[in-house]
Amino acid sequence: MNAYKVERWTRQSVFFSAAVGALLLVLAVGPLVFPPGITDRLTTLFIYIILAAMWNALAGYGGLVSIGQQLFIGLGGYALIRISNAGVPMFPALILAIVIIALVALPIGELMLRLRGGEFAIGMWVLAELAHFSINLDPLIQGETGTSLLALNAFTPGARRADIYWMGLALMILLLGTLFVLLRGKIGASIQAIRDDEIAAASVGVKVQNGKRVMFVLAAGGCAAAGVLNLATTISYQPHAFFGIQWTAYMLFMALVGGLGTFEGPIIGAILFFSMETFFGATGVLYLIGLGVVALGFALFIPRGIWGEVEARFGVRLLPVGYFLKMVEGEKVK
Amino acid sequence: MSGVALTATGLFKRFGALVVLNNVDFQVSPGEAIGIVGPNGAGKTTLLNVLSGAYPPSGGQVFLAGHDVTALGAAERCRLGIARSHQVPRPFAGMTVFENLHVAAAVGGGLAGQAAYDACVDSLELCGMTRVANRRAETLGLLDRKRLEMARALATGPKILLLDEIGGGLTDAEAAVLVNIIQTISRRDVAVVWIEHIVHILLQVVTRLVCMDAGRILAQGEPREVMADPSVIDAYLGPGAVAHV
Ligand SMILES: Nc1ncnc2c1ncn2[C@@H]1O[C@H](COP(=O)(O)OP(=O)(O)O)[C@@H](O)[C@H]1O
Ligand SMILES: [Mg+2]
Repeated sequence: MNAYKVERWTRQSVFFSAAVGALLLVLAVGPLVFPPGITDRLTTLFIYIILAAMWNALAGYGGLVSIGQQLFIGLGGYALIRISNAGVPMFPALILAIVIIALVALPIGELMLRLRGGEFAIGMWVLAELAHFSINLDPLIQGETGTSLLALNAFTPGARRADIYWMGLALMILLLGTLFVLLRGKIGASIQAIRDDEIAAASVGVKVQNGKRVMFVLAAGGCAAAGVLNLATTISYQPHAFFGIQWTAYMLFMALVGGLGTFEGPIIGAILFFSMETFFGATGVLYLIGLGVVALGFALFIPRGIWGEVEARFGVRLLPVGYFLKMVEGEKVK
Repeated sequence: MSGVALTATGLFKRFGALVVLNNVDFQVSPGEAIGIVGPNGAGKTTLLNVLSGAYPPSGGQVFLAGHDVTALGAAERCRLGIARSHQVPRPFAGMTVFENLHVAAAVGGGLAGQAAYDACVDSLELCGMTRVANRRAETLGLLDRKRLEMARALATGPKILLLDEIGGGLTDAEAAVLVNIIQTISRRDVAVVWIEHIVHILLQVVTRLVCMDAGRILAQGEPREVMADPSVIDAYLGPGAVAHV
């Protein structure tokens, strides 16, 4: 065998990671320097990025297209209401709600992962509707009237805004960081193989169902985190707003437009979606039509999404999840 | 590395009413190289699918080193030492060639760190793929995709390597290189089962030839004798052809 080296960090990815680190540092001091309106909007952006990344983890990497991830958004919010109502302080309650829903996702996954393709997608939506109607029966929730996260009244608006922002930032870093660490390791290699070809993945020893389980639970926990954060920002819990299928439409849009099955793509998709909402959201129906047209345009003409296209055309990889072979002697590697 | 035998007894595979494997018995001994020939639709690929665990058989059993592995899926059988290539290549398109091999070495071969890298580089060099190691697999042409199938299977460190038509479309020089590669693999005490239409390259490597037709094994044994068998000539050229040979 000729001498070789395997590199994981390229100059590109070192530079990019440093830039991301710097950006996160700036974001971390955000509430101290940004106007309140910006802080609030950024919290919303964090929620969108979490949602896009988690839907992508499930569909892009796990090959599991779900139109019912609002199940976990709604359950996350509900868990927070219940736990907070039981007297647990605000921020431990936030974390506890997410952990509990991730645990609840384990048996749900066992059941749902037996279904294939369209059955899984629709089955998840049916579950979301079932959960929605069941939770309406809880007297605390008062049906569609909903309830509020009363514990938040104990905070001043300024402190609440900043704390929720930091919570959102921390959860976004934690969830995307988890996905990144998974992707960089052995599980990640398996998951990328599953994304590209399940049959071939199994043929090289990858336990496809296990990979899907990991993605299912991560995506469930991530969506629960988004639900919890959403409740913390809106304060009121109306079941139809949390279990609504519009969440699926948003996630689909962000992941597809940004680039399914890439790490960076859904983040770009979320920023694009967030910008469209910020600038055109007030136009109501026109905005929704605009979203539809953009999504359709991508599906027809740029099916890989923005980042998928960039990666394929220019071979860029900003994250050090790959392997680059350099031969010290022998043949030249391309 | 000591070899392991793969045995199948009484295999059936049905797709609805279609019987694609009809009571097939099959055995590969350690270090042996077996060729499988037969007309299109004979059931060769299906046999490979059932041996590798991609499909469960409709009847019959598969044993690896004497253990019944019939109930195990493809991933588990790969971890036990059965690797395969696919007739229609199935690359991990979004990953580089090296990463395609790395997942095979890490997961299927259970290797980590330097040992996994070594397995990849060894396999790349053996299969002549070092030059494209960092290319995304989706950018490869058909010939390189076929080489990648073999290289990736090899990176799992198999005891039994199942190859499905990797030699189609090769020039004579390329075919000679392929024969060389498979001889090298065989010398490493890996049992090879090679489905191929191009009989003359197969005959340079295999010690035993199996001819299949319509889901059954028509003839097997010493390669040249099998090719001269009247029923084999019938299957290839149609009934009656024997009289003219
Ligand atoms: N998954 C499947 N579903 C239905 N029929 C199949 C399937 N796989 C193979 N067959 C059928 O089984 C027969 C044998 O196919 P195959 O094993 O691919 O033959 P060979 O590799 O010898 O050309 C063909 O008639 C094919 O159409
Ligand atoms: Mg075939």
